[in-house]
Amino acid sequence: MTDYGAFAAGPLFGLPLPELWFALVFAILGTFLFLDGFDFGAGALFATREDDEERETILAAIGPFWDGNEVWLVVFGGALFAAFPAVYANLFSRNYLLLFGVLAALILRGLAPEMYEQRHDTAWQRWWGRSFVTGSVLAPFLLGVFTANWLTGSGALLTPAGVAVGLALVALTVVSGAAFLRVKTTGSLREDVRQTGERALVAYLGLVVVALGLVALSTPRLAAAVTTPPVLVLVATSVGLGAGYMAALRTGRDLLALVASGLLTYGLVAVVALLLYPLVDPGSGLSISEAIIAPLALNIMSVASALLLPLVVTYFVVLYSAFSGPVQPTESY
Amino acid sequence: MVDPVIASRVQFALTTIVHIIFPVMSMGLAPFLVYFTWKEVRGGEAVYEQLRRFWTKIFAVSFVVGTVTGIVLEFEFGTNFAAFSTFAGELFGGPLATEGMMAFMLEATFLGIFVFGRERVSDRLYFVSSLAVAAGTWLSAVWILIANSWMQLPRGYELVERGGQTVVHLTDPLAAYLNPRFMFMYVHMQNAAVESVALFMAGVAAYHIFKHYVWGYSVQEVDFWEKTLKIAIVALLITAPLQVLHGDMYARHVHETQPQKFAAMEAVWETDSYVPEYLIAFPTSLDDITNPRAKELFGLGIPGGASWLASGGDPQATIRGLNSFDTEAPPVAIVFWSFRAMVGLGFWFILLAFWGGYRWWRGELLEDDLLHKALMGSSLLGILAAELGWVVTEVGRQPWVVQGVLKTADGVSPGLTGTEATITLAGFVMAYASLLALYSYVVARIIRAGPPSTEELRTFVTEADEPTAGAPGDD
Repeated sequence: MTDYGAFAAGPLFGLPLPELWFALVFAILGTFLFLDGFDFGAGALFATREDDEERETILAAIGPFWDGNEVWLVVFGGALFAAFPAVYANLFSRNYLLLFGVLAALILRGLAPEMYEQRHDTAWQRWWGRSFVTGSVLAPFLLGVFTANWLTGSGALLTPAGVAVGLALVALTVVSGAAFLRVKTTGSLREDVRQTGERALVAYLGLVVVALGLVALSTPRLAAAVTTPPVLVLVATSVGLGAGYMAALRTGRDLLALVASGLLTYGLVAVVALLLYPLVDPGSGLSISEAIIAPLALNIMSVASALLLPLVVTYFVVLYSAFSGPVQPTESY
Repeated sequence: MVDPVIASRVQFALTTIVHIIFPVMSMGLAPFLVYFTWKEVRGGEAVYEQLRRFWTKIFAVSFVVGTVTGIVLEFEFGTNFAAFSTFAGELFGGPLATEGMMAFMLEATFLGIFVFGRERVSDRLYFVSSLAVAAGTWLSAVWILIANSWMQLPRGYELVERGGQTVVHLTDPLAAYLNPRFMFMYVHMQNAAVESVALFMAGVAAYHIFKHYVWGYSVQEVDFWEKTLKIAIVALLITAPLQVLHGDMYARHVHETQPQKFAAMEAVWETDSYVPEYLIAFPTSLDDITNPRAKELFGLGIPGGASWLASGGDPQATIRGLNSFDTEAPPVAIVFWSFRAMVGLGFWFILLAFWGGYRWWRGELLEDDLLHKALMGSSLLGILAAELGWVVTEVGRQPWVVQGVLKTADGVSPGLTGTEATITLAGFVMAYASLLALYSYVVARIIRAGPPSTEELRTFVTEADEPTAGAPGDD
């Protein structure tokens, strides 16, 4: 047998790898919620448009991106499984029906754009349009409920805190979806989504405060934690980012608004991570140091991720720069 | 309510059986798409652009359905097999996470460019995208099969106590991940994917050719279908014989490393030498229905054949019988018949390949109606053979989820209730049946519509050159 020496004895270079993986898992979750979030939001905004051409434009806008965006969910699952297998097992089996609801929503949402393009009659397109909207709204809602359950350790299907976080996440996807559609479209569609985005932003900020309150009420452990300085700073920053988002939309700096909505998403996920720390799964009482895999496996995963993540970022840069600017109506295979 | 263990096993089996269709399609199509794209960007005949555009549509649909069914599989490890995930996660989670980061990301991002970007990016980047997509699909299989081969042949670990539970602790990553089983599985799987897609292409092409030449229907782009058929035959001539060759080596490896599975494949209950290879075997009494080689059987066998296969040439070799193992035998009839059907199909594909090759060589490729019928009838049999292969692999290793280490029944989530598992099982049966129906419907539509005509391709070029010409595209 090969001797792996120091590589197997402890974390590489004495780095706090368990904590870094805890942060990485949430960074990946945040990336998923932002990237797939804006195409969920575009899906929700699809419901507000009657015009066929505008609906096609929304589908064309997310067409090249959504598949890649959704892979972040797979990577999130994989990272959690690889670094904290006991958490993956406990958390996922505890939220059994909820996660199958998420999967059902993702199936509806994922099939819809591909199917919508297959036939050009009204009944077919109306059906897949509905499927697209339902999946796009239901997926972030249920993911929000899941996140709340993760935080509170609850295994219930629906709790007040879960509903509040779910609704907040839906609002947040509309916030970033509106900014994304502003970047990718022109004309009346671009004009109209601004107001929806702004309303969603106000709703989001309100819902976050309500959600934090409900979380604190439901779990004694978190009652004190929600008023600690880091959480309060993040909430205040979110309000600031919200103001920036509005200002950016009104002055037509849509890309900046999209960035602001991204930061809002990471901020929300950071709050969740802060409230959890040092536990990874309150439901099973597992802390980071209890749930983390042994040093050898952890070091291998860390080296692999350090090599692969920059590559992944490069793919996304190539993809997004190949499709920069507003969509052309004729774009297809 | 169904027992949660049974419901979880049925659910996982169902979701895998349906999911595998789509990776087979995308892994199999990927090298063809790279070839078509290469010819297209190098300024080859227009038919290559037609081929690339036509098969890309089928690839895209397969990829989408593969994605949504694949996320389900990943989640099911956590939801339904939590005990397994906790037990083996340190070793098993890594390959899964790496698949996501290394392979799936590559495939999904460059597919965006490959499907939507022909008018947007340079020829060079476009070709690179086709390569990246292909590399992504093939790398996915690398990591999934690394994880799976470890479950078949666990190495490089020790069992330790952690948090009051016995779990796998990775001690030797090279031994664990560069598992000898991996190469057998990988070569067999990738070749199966290309072979399955070649059969599918040949069947689809034969259908259009048959419609045109035999039924006298006017089929647009008959030349396109002839080209498709020829490419498929070349691919079949390469992959079909290879599949049987390394399949044989793989079976020998299974005999060495998973004797219980091999015994189930041959339905050998008592340890014996000079074991015949039964081509068919039935028990004469219904009581023995699960044992195709029960005493009073009707069978047709080659004397010493199974021993000869297991040992690589010695008809006297001993095969250990199922009764000599401490654990219960896997469902023998399923494994026995799946193995026979898969091998039988493998030989049929070789025959088809040489038949098609011979007719082509004689210049009679478009005239042999019987060949066209055979190809049409066989268009989905490659996928069926791949499914059967997986049934042999996965059912054959039962009762183990990790061979010799963890039983499948012990891997199921402890807190899972019968009600929860039954609800999702019922949901999945409906959802996956609809998914399959929908996929078949859409692919059939794409096939009926055929490739874009060469006139349309010219329109496409003009549109790209003059963005102001607002003629609507074909979709």
